Amino acid sequence: MAITMAQALNTALHDAMEADDKVVMFGEDVGTLGGVFRITDKLQERFGDKRCFDTPLAESGIVGSAIGMAMYGYKPVVEMQFDGFTYPAFEQIVSHLAKMPNRSRGTVRLPVVVRIPYGGGIGAVEHHSESPEAFFSHVAGLKIVSPGTPSDGYSLLRRSIDSPDPVIFFEPKRRYWLKEDAELPVTTEPFGTAVVRRQGTTATLLAYGPMVRTALDTATAAEEEGWDLEVVDLRTLNPFDAETVVASVRKTGHAVVIHEAQVFAGFGAEVAAQITERAFYDLEAPVLRVGGFDVPYPAAKLEEFFLPDTDRILDAVERSLSF
Amino acid sequence: MDAAPLTPDPAGLLPPVQPVQLLDDQGVLHEVDGYPLDLKDEDFRNLYRFMVLARRVDKQAINLQRQGQLGVYASLLGQEAAQVGGAYALDEQDWVFPSYREMGAALVRGVDPGKILQLFRGTWLSDHDPHATHFGLLSIPIATQALHAAGFAMGAKFDGKDLVVMSYFGDGATSEGDVHEALNFAAVYDAPCVFYVQNNQYAISVPLSKQTKAPTIAHKAIGYGMPGYRCDGNDVLASYAVAKQAVERARAGDGPSLIEAVTYRMEAHTTADDPTRYRTPEELAEWNARDPIARFETFLTREGLVDDTFRAQIDDEAKAYAARMREEIYDAPHGDPLELFEHVYVEPPASYDEQRALLRRELEAG
Repeated sequence: MAITMAQALNTALHDAMEADDKVVMFGEDVGTLGGVFRITDKLQERFGDKRCFDTPLAESGIVGSAIGMAMYGYKPVVEMQFDGFTYPAFEQIVSHLAKMPNRSRGTVRLPVVVRIPYGGGIGAVEHHSESPEAFFSHVAGLKIVSPGTPSDGYSLLRRSIDSPDPVIFFEPKRRYWLKEDAELPVTTEPFGTAVVRRQGTTATLLAYGPMVRTALDTATAAEEEGWDLEVVDLRTLNPFDAETVVASVRKTGHAVVIHEAQVFAGFGAEVAAQITERAFYDLEAPVLRVGGFDVPYPAAKLEEFFLPDTDRILDAVERSLSF
Repeated sequence: MDAAPLTPDPAGLLPPVQPVQLLDDQGVLHEVDGYPLDLKDEDFRNLYRFMVLARRVDKQAINLQRQGQLGVYASLLGQEAAQVGGAYALDEQDWVFPSYREMGAALVRGVDPGKILQLFRGTWLSDHDPHATHFGLLSIPIATQALHAAGFAMGAKFDGKDLVVMSYFGDGATSEGDVHEALNFAAVYDAPCVFYVQNNQYAISVPLSKQTKAPTIAHKAIGYGMPGYRCDGNDVLASYAVAKQAVERARAGDGPSLIEAVTYRMEAHTTADDPTRYRTPEELAEWNARDPIARFETFLTREGLVDDTFRAQIDDEAKAYAARMREEIYDAPHGDPLELFEHVYVEPPASYDEQRALLRRELEAG
């Protein structure tokens, strides 16, 4: 049956709330409306307004109160309505959500999931298209997840809600309507592992979230050039599955890391460093990074010139192969 | 068309202009309408005991810092009545979410002061179990704990539990967004949460007049649709009676409230601060004359609630506390470095194996 990423995520939330009455879902407009992207559609109707509820419009309040509710014994799943509105919650995430379990010497655990619809490609106004994953990947104490397919959306969200550690769950909003033939519930590979989405021999494309689809499309386009590209979907940025990444790069000798976020000090830099440290002598060329330019996210009519696409990725592959 | 009446009625939310005071500066008890005292003789003695212990522990901590045993310490001197009175209004199942200046409240909640000091010593980031003591971790980023309190209270409310949460913070914190969001969240969900502000007049060096243009901190409550209370924070009985009323209100399901306990920080902000740069000896002397322990002791002595025997007994207990603190802190070793990796995650990333191994090699190499 064809399901979309949005349906998969909605079903994951539903099933998690069904399975454990400690799971609660809250944020802005997630109750009556079902979320601006309808990811929480019908959850309030099904589970009542104590399990799925609208909050005042305050992101620090949402994450800070989720920490309190988790200390009480709940498993809160909270929604930041858009990537660019996550920043008011930054202090609560960095100073408490990530640190309190360690600060408490393990006596406090915070099984909180912060869902963030992220990335561009939907023609939105400013602050609605950002990719802030590098900020959070840098913070010890968090797990960072970003699914690229509906099946992974379901499986990784269920696993994130079950996680005893806090998780920042980045949902690729332009892929909410991406379809896949799948039956739910589904469990994909173990949490914390990357997956080879397409086998290839010429070069390795490494992507996550919204860029997985772009990388796969690029691999198809590259066939015309006679290139057989391998595509690795990282799925979780922390934990980072160095083993799968390095195995692929050892095979192809060429690595191109792709994300929507600005390249400078982006997550791609970490991937490049991991590969270089672990597989230097297997590399035929430097690890290349493809991403957004190092400028603020542009106005909607210009985002196609900012975002990495097949051409920009193929250009990088060519540079790697001709190194 | 007649305007619909406002709910809740704003008039009922305003604090009194004068802080509620039950014990005057001479230690004479006055009855105040609406703030009955439900204390037994034993409670009076307990309040006194906690205040004396808090002051002794505080003094010992400052001494330990001066001896190089603590990196830094934030004293509560002068705030004993506000802290002890507030926390004493709670029942065992209730919770406190403290800032970093809450040794008095910690004592009332049964938290070992030696454990609190491990934070200031730098042994561990924290060393008490919040679930065992119902006393949250000392929160250093200003105001952030108010949201944890609101969320915890929301949880209790949704779960139908008889439980009240008290969030401690200072006057400076009321300028932070998190206090605004916490008050608002707690109010919207009628959460059983008492926001207990110790207005000690300064946020490090910045006086209250530069924090807010509000008539008083308690007046801010009306903006959230909750009652604001003001009490003389150097009067332990007023601090208790006002807190008790707010706690009972929360317990009855009538929602949160905001208390401003008007007090004064007699010591520096922390041992790293020099208050002579921003306040005068005259101001200090004025507040010194309003010392919370001396005032309460005058009352207790006159009422025959404490005598020399009891005072000696408390003094011995305070000395024993201080001695034990010295013992626990003096030259205490730092924590096991390998524990750095122990608690961050229940499910740590694979990189922790490599990094732990690296640290182990470094330790072995000496």
